[in-house]
Amino acid sequence: MRYLPHTDGDIAAMLGTVGLKELDDLFAAVPGDCRFKGALQLPEAMSEWALEELVGRLAGRMAVSPEYSVFLGAGSYDHYIPATVSSLLGRSEFVTSYTPYQPEMLQGTLQGIYEYQTLAARLMGMEVATASHYDGATALAEALLMAVRITGRKKVALSRAIHPHYRQVVRTYFAPTGYELLELPYLETGLTDLDRIREIQDLAAVAVQSPNFFGCIENLPAAAQRAHSGGALLVSGFTEALAFGLLKSPGSQGADIVAGEGQSLGIPRSFGGPALGMLASRKRHMRSLPGRLVGKTKDRDGKRGFVLTLATREQHIRREKATSNICSNNSLCALAAAMYMASIGGTGIRELASLNHDKAEYLKNALRDAGCPIRFSGPTFNEFVVRFPGGFDAAYRHLLEKRIVAGLSLGGYYPELADHGLLCVTETCSREAMDRLVEEVTA
Amino acid sequence: MSESLGTTGLVLNEPLLWERGKKGRCGFSMPAGDVPSSPLPAELTGDGPDFPDLSEIEVVRHYTRLSTWNFGVDTGLYPLGSCTMKYNPKINEKLAGLRGFAAAHPLLPSVLSQGALQLVFDLERFLAEITGLDAVTLQPAAGAQGELTGMLIIHAYHRLRGKQRTKILIPDTAHGTNPASAALCGYLPVPVPSGPDGILLPETVVGLMDSETAGIMITNPNTLGLFEANIREIARIVHDRGGLVYGDGANMNAVLGVVKPGAVGVDILHLNLHKTFSTPHGGGGPGAGPVAVRKDLVRFLPVPRVVERNGAYELSEGFPESVGRVMAFHGHFGVLLRAHAYILSMGPDGLKQVSRLAVLNANYIREKLKDVLHPAFDRPCMHECVFSDQNQQETGITTLEMAKRLIDYGYHPPTIYFPLVVHGAIMIEPTETETKEDLDGFIEAFRSVVREAGENPGVIREAPVRCKLRRVDETAAARNPCLTG
Amino acid sequence: MKKIEEIQLPEELRYSPDHEWVRPEGDLARVGLTDYAQDQLGDIVYVELPAVGIHIAQGAVFATVESVKSVSECFMPLAGEIAAVNGPLSDDPVLLNQSPYGDGWMVMVKPDDPAAVSQLLTAEAYLARLKGGV
Repeated sequence: MRYLPHTDGDIAAMLGTVGLKELDDLFAAVPGDCRFKGALQLPEAMSEWALEELVGRLAGRMAVSPEYSVFLGAGSYDHYIPATVSSLLGRSEFVTSYTPYQPEMLQGTLQGIYEYQTLAARLMGMEVATASHYDGATALAEALLMAVRITGRKKVALSRAIHPHYRQVVRTYFAPTGYELLELPYLETGLTDLDRIREIQDLAAVAVQSPNFFGCIENLPAAAQRAHSGGALLVSGFTEALAFGLLKSPGSQGADIVAGEGQSLGIPRSFGGPALGMLASRKRHMRSLPGRLVGKTKDRDGKRGFVLTLATREQHIRREKATSNICSNNSLCALAAAMYMASIGGTGIRELASLNHDKAEYLKNALRDAGCPIRFSGPTFNEFVVRFPGGFDAAYRHLLEKRIVAGLSLGGYYPELADHGLLCVTETCSREAMDRLVEEVTA
Repeated sequence: MSESLGTTGLVLNEPLLWERGKKGRCGFSMPAGDVPSSPLPAELTGDGPDFPDLSEIEVVRHYTRLSTWNFGVDTGLYPLGSCTMKYNPKINEKLAGLRGFAAAHPLLPSVLSQGALQLVFDLERFLAEITGLDAVTLQPAAGAQGELTGMLIIHAYHRLRGKQRTKILIPDTAHGTNPASAALCGYLPVPVPSGPDGILLPETVVGLMDSETAGIMITNPNTLGLFEANIREIARIVHDRGGLVYGDGANMNAVLGVVKPGAVGVDILHLNLHKTFSTPHGGGGPGAGPVAVRKDLVRFLPVPRVVERNGAYELSEGFPESVGRVMAFHGHFGVLLRAHAYILSMGPDGLKQVSRLAVLNANYIREKLKDVLHPAFDRPCMHECVFSDQNQQETGITTLEMAKRLIDYGYHPPTIYFPLVVHGAIMIEPTETETKEDLDGFIEAFRSVVREAGENPGVIREAPVRCKLRRVDETAAARNPCLTG
Repeated sequence: MKKIEEIQLPEELRYSPDHEWVRPEGDLARVGLTDYAQDQLGDIVYVELPAVGIHIAQGAVFATVESVKSVSECFMPLAGEIAAVNGPLSDDPVLLNQSPYGDGWMVMVKPDDPAAVSQLLTAEAYLARLKGGV
């Protein structure tokens, strides 16, 4: 096998060194009744080419553009990824290194992650961002546990307009803790009903998502004001990081902790992962943050350098008293996001975000004009909820035959939104593709 | 020093991203607008983030230079104990880039995502066979999240049986993630001291396992690189008292095809695909931490699960006792498909050979260094060997200083100061993918460092001298944290 | 690290086996970490102090002290209410290394039982424990 470099001669010589006759003698410490004596029932080893053919066949059974027009967003977005990002990210010095516990020989990763933390903090309008988490949903769950730690309170209110999967993950993380989760309903505008916050005492956090699951842009200053007046923190989530190229950042509108998904920033959808959990806070809450942090320092000669820091928060030192059990970050994905943010630049991200918004508005207006009601009145970014005459699911099935995936059916998540679908448009979607969708829906 | 060792190096400087560039540059191919402009209300829009504007060549040079300051498995031997820095096959990277997978949306209807669903289904079956357990979830994003998922399953199990328990047994050699994961589920970790030979004794477990204890978390082989030979007896004790046995499969790479954890009493086990199954570590992630369980715990696995009906695959949420979702979508699919490719490349015999050679390499290093470094235990090891700093006490040279000096010889240092039960621990895990010649080079370098500790300690205290940077000041970084620029 | 003989242990202070010192000042008592403790911990990077006004039992954790790669808990040598904390220490933890008995003090406590101080170790007894490797 080409990954195993030992020749028969090597094995014989090394066994001689350790004083054994056969390879199986190496397992003398494993008692006989613990040994598996059969053969693993797995497919026989495949050549590189046979494997490529097999996996290629599987990949061929997936619906992707350009064969399909996919109007799906809902937490995973189709944005162009510059060839530079894929190429630079493939450099094996980045790919095949470990967590930078030896900073002198991993300054590449460390400076790269420090730059990511900086650009991520600027994007979210916050003072401090972590070196990344698994995904947006787990980042949100960790953010809410953090709010519980900071406030010493045990109740959290979640907007019902947060991505349903994110709420499910939060429920999973909270289930064994005894902390209470409450839901805030949404209004006819598609925005969270913030008035309900007043009725709840002793909240650790109010969590909203903006743009929310319906694509609607929440009133974050009002949410912050309501949360803060009751002594709670505002945790602001997101699934579409590109939105902050155009919208005011959550940090500039009063959020105390920001948690969301950075997949839009140069990371392929890859059937949902790996992606990029982004988490940021005010500096005063820095020591309550879960996960890794890279900090700036100097070496013995006074030269600028970077190092993992504030590690005493983490599990390998504080064990059961750590701020989280997390022991990795999605480092390579964070690096991809930094490369993407560097490539697009401040001027570029605003232009691209505007283009995304314009395109989504085009489809929204075209559908409305064609007799498909837009469910919510609030302004949206990239995504919107629409009802198809004759029912969403019937239209969806019809469109699949035309190789169009018309978004996501919402009835399973929100019974009151049966017949409605969530559609997404990004810069990769052409006007022709949108026109064709409208044509088929109204046909 | 021989010409084949160490570095001579061309190291270029490179500023921070925002110290480069000029307003108005762009490294992105902006698509043309083909629809009318439709501005948002002004009160919603901001000025956009303060990113530097860079050209494509600036971005390329920046990251290319940064990459040259990094050391990866592709650069050289990376014997970090407990981390399993084995070779990451290139074909797996190529397959992960196939458009059908890379561009696939996670919420595609099942009929349009049969390829990915089949891959998940097959990989679950492979891992079930390897672990000797009945079913697998691939959703957990990393080993630590696998542990959390396992703890949630234990929590759900006891809740369903009508009486929640409050404690969990964790050996003193465990990774810090174990107690942290247990604490997330409200369990109080109870440390279990290992015996004089570095492994757990059944009598210790008997004394601690009571009706308030939910189970035990055991890493096997343990973090001292030793097989927990009493595992069956310990499992019997825990089971008899109503507990569950959680296996931390971080070191499964030592016993592929040799031990099936499910057959020796383990009820729940997580695997680290980025360790045993060759997926790259990426400078800290992403990894993947699948969890395997025995039959009667299947109902607690996270949803959605892939099920097969008449040769077609679909996602099912129909498991009411599930602990719920642990990730927004299906976990780190891009990592899963690399592990799937690895298992198919190796085949059953290849996987078994992986463990044999991993153990051979570790014992070879142990044998060749044991006269200069003090072995923590006087017996052969599994896939990693652990030394203490006992022999270096007189010189005053610390484990950390020796580790830093190894860098000058062109090697990544071993894991140091872990496990905590060994003073000044040096934990070496070469993995099976290293050649005998590279091991000999590393051994020669380490012996040379030990010699220097006695003869020329000054040179060790200065190390490293051949990296981008000299030793960095971690104290200053922690006293006055500067996390953004 | 210092040799045992190099450890400073002012005669007028009382000590706990957990390496805290106590200095009675009127009806209050000043509490800090011993020279031995700060030396063992190495470069201290962060000190977390309790809130003023709370009551802490004898032997309970009243503060944590962090070095780059460790966290240590400090245990209250005598029960009482926290009357004041050394604010500058939070911003400048190096004070604890530089001046453990002076500017590096940690809290002022109002003891429940002022006489309890006399039950703590004398410098001599504490030194004996250090020499005994306890």
